[in-house]
Amino acid sequence: MWCYEKRLQFPVNIKNSNAKLAQVIMSQFGGPDGELAASQRYLSQRYATPYREVAGILTDIGTEELAHMEMVSAIVYQLTKDLSMEEIQESGFDKYYVDHTAGLWPQAAGGVPFNACVFQSKGDVITDLFEDMAAEQKARTTYDNILRLVHDNDICEPIKFLRAREIVHFQRFGEALRIVQDKLDSKNFYAFNPGFDKCKS
Amino acid sequence: MNNKMISEKEKMKYDIGVIDFVIVEMNLYLDTHPTDKDAMDYLSHYVRMKNQMMREFAMKFGPLRLSDTDGCMQNEWKWVTQPWPWEGGC
Repeated sequence: MWCYEKRLQFPVNIKNSNAKLAQVIMSQFGGPDGELAASQRYLSQRYATPYREVAGILTDIGTEELAHMEMVSAIVYQLTKDLSMEEIQESGFDKYYVDHTAGLWPQAAGGVPFNACVFQSKGDVITDLFEDMAAEQKARTTYDNILRLVHDNDICEPIKFLRAREIVHFQRFGEALRIVQDKLDSKNFYAFNPGFDKCKS
Repeated sequence: MNNKMISEKEKMKYDIGVIDFVIVEMNLYLDTHPTDKDAMDYLSHYVRMKNQMMREFAMKFGPLRLSDTDGCMQNEWKWVTQPWPWEGGC
């Protein structure tokens, strides 16, 4: 089960709304390398590992991703607060507005709806951890791209925090992969799937 | 959180965020280094500190988590009467 804490992991206090940036940053909520995908990826994958340390890191990073999803959502919410009809039209936010008003709905910056096909849960811990490391780097690149588009410090600070967390998570997944490989046959890591085959590691 | 005067409430929430970040980092570190005794002691210290701060915050301004509601049951259910985190003001 989960517990909710009524606070953001890192403060989000944006003074000026900006519908154009909201449409871009929204991708880290419901886009292919976003926080929703990240949380569901790790929380779905954790059952297929017989190694408790790895199940632990997937659970705990998956949980932190939920907190990051809340931060990105808070950024989008604050960027789309008190918009005038003119701002909605001029920023191109009208296409989102017509279906969702100023509500939060997971989609990519290009308007593609969130889809579970943006992540995999392969039932093979080596495969999953390689995907997880790649996912953290993809999200880091997305935050780098966002930072090139943003000049408002109120937005930059939480985005920089999220970017740094991608790097920490990449490091921890790398350690998890090493833990897995240390338990397997170094001559052939793929001799069997420790999450499926009955032979002992 | 820099500039000008910040309220006691904001300051306390900020401090909780700082302490909790230590806990998040030690949590992930310990997941992949589960026998590091020094890291475990370090984490315990901050967990104790956070619990104390969360209780103190709950008494003064309302709970940040449901497990801190005891001791702050006054005449209103502050879980919903106090602002949600995405409203701003930290």
